[in-house]
Amino acid sequence: MDEIQALAHGFVVALSFKNVALMLVGIILGVIIGVLPGLGGANGVAILLPLTFSMAQSPGGTTSAIILLSCIYWGALFGGAITSILFNIPGEPWSVATTFDGYPLAQHGRAGNALTAAFTSSFVGALIAVIVITFLSPVVARFALEFGPPEFFAVYLLTFCAFVGMSKEPPFKTIASMMLGFALAAVGTDPVTGALRLTFGTEKLLNGFDFLVAVIGLFGIGEILLTLEEGLAFKGASAKINMRVVLDTWKELPRYWMTSLRSAAVGCFMGIVPGGATPASFMSYGVARRFSPNGEKFGTGQIEGVVAPETAAHAAGTSALLPMLTLGVPGSPTAAVLLGGLLIWGLQPGPLLFVEQKDFVWGLIASMYLGNIAGLIVVLTCVPLFAAILRIPFSVIAPVIIVICAIGSYTVHNSIFDVWMMVVFGVAGYAFKKLSYPLAPLVLAIVLGDRAEASFRQAMLVSQGEMSVFFSNGLVGTMTGLALALLAWPLVSWALAKLRS
Amino acid sequence: MRLGARWAEDGPQAGYFPFYIGLLVCISAALNLVMALVNREDAERDFVELDKLKLVLAVLIPTAIYVAVISWTGIYVASTLFIAFFMRWLGKYPWWKVAAVSIGTMVAFFLIFESWFKVPLPKGPLENLLGVG
Repeated sequence: MDEIQALAHGFVVALSFKNVALMLVGIILGVIIGVLPGLGGANGVAILLPLTFSMAQSPGGTTSAIILLSCIYWGALFGGAITSILFNIPGEPWSVATTFDGYPLAQHGRAGNALTAAFTSSFVGALIAVIVITFLSPVVARFALEFGPPEFFAVYLLTFCAFVGMSKEPPFKTIASMMLGFALAAVGTDPVTGALRLTFGTEKLLNGFDFLVAVIGLFGIGEILLTLEEGLAFKGASAKINMRVVLDTWKELPRYWMTSLRSAAVGCFMGIVPGGATPASFMSYGVARRFSPNGEKFGTGQIEGVVAPETAAHAAGTSALLPMLTLGVPGSPTAAVLLGGLLIWGLQPGPLLFVEQKDFVWGLIASMYLGNIAGLIVVLTCVPLFAAILRIPFSVIAPVIIVICAIGSYTVHNSIFDVWMMVVFGVAGYAFKKLSYPLAPLVLAIVLGDRAEASFRQAMLVSQGEMSVFFSNGLVGTMTGLALALLAWPLVSWALAKLRS
Repeated sequence: MRLGARWAEDGPQAGYFPFYIGLLVCISAALNLVMALVNREDAERDFVELDKLKLVLAVLIPTAIYVAVISWTGIYVASTLFIAFFMRWLGKYPWWKVAAVSIGTMVAFFLIFESWFKVPLPKGPLENLLGVG
């Protein structure tokens, strides 16, 4: 039971006054970010990341910094549900499935019940995922300590192929978007030989593109432009939550324990294998509809239809941190941004983190328990406040968000050029969304591109250029094989569908 | 090409990855084009309708101007003008509200970034005049 002991130590780290205060600040900021159009988990964390540079320099500061940023992430996960249920506008892509039953409930005047159900099941999903992280991650990390370059490349390959295989967008669109990400990551200095690549002779591209700027532009500015099309005003149901409604809903919720458990399992799986929170929420909504006794009533305002996607989205969002911490491979765009933060603070994500930075890892894991409890309390008590934010007219909130995005991308490297890049990425993000190209693989490829290439080339150096090194032992062979199978999966399922019809 | 996009003795050269990535982008783009031509059902859908495009451009063009102005006046003055322009032009608010919100927001940002987090943002002539630059 080393884990329990380590976790207890983590609670001591996380429960300092400063860290608890940061946790609350993070949650509140996160919910606001989740509620506002154009700001979400990934770019909210990206904008605030530069502010933590100085914080991370003090002793124990990296732990405080990751607690602040991860709590923003939890807050954003909670916040997405508010807009879906009250306004029928998903604040985050993973809360789209919540609108199916959440908004009808709000229309029937049961907004309070729907919100309570959503928050509570988010909490349950996150809790289950954190428990999984607590006990599974040390095992994975110990296992991964033996990894060499070929194994790491196989893990990267598996990540990227999983995106192709599991995405609901057409596979070639996923590949195109991922390859664009790789191309952007390759700009600048070659990590192995130091040669300059794809800079087209301009000095400004020497350092390559920063993924933080890309995230802020793609998700922030792109989202604003997209929201504009929908018009400038939001209309929504009013929200009142009082203790009676909360208790009534809590009495009803245990009935759906099977749905919760199933959704949490789907969520954890999709989070660890980088499928992400969005497909997880859709998948578990579908599964719940099929298995529920009143499945045909789904879509008319069933509490169960809120429980399923919210549990899965939170479980997936939380468990996406497991591969990020243990292998250095993030399972979602927001986890990718957090990984970037770790690198900037001078920490090396991966199995060694569990050996060398015990305070950091276990402080973070303990803060996940505390942060989600704090989050549940904050959202249950402050819903009317957060809903009021959405009533601020768009002509006020939009320029403020653009200013925040501009400041965020300037502070990454203190350069105006990055602000221009943000605008360019914003237009690109808008076009991508319009043409239904997925953005997540692009972001992941920008973050992991250099690392994946470096591990591939190191593996090649070891094996003298023989590809067979990726099948040289059982472990790496299985991973490579699995990756190739996932890559071929769309083709196989397409062929099966053809055969059947 | 100059970097050598081939397989050397000890594995791929520096230009190997970018070359094949470029190739894959071209292949998947071509396949997407074919798919789009085969599935004509989407063809009726416009990329964006004209009046919506106008709204999008109404934000995009001021944003581009805003970024250009930052390097000249610093971020605080540029942002104040940007927010004010939006509220006045798209929101049609009375001037006193415009001034209150735009100046208030930027003063708050100034306090947060410069005083609290100690992150220096670009400043221009106005800040120098006020002696806070």
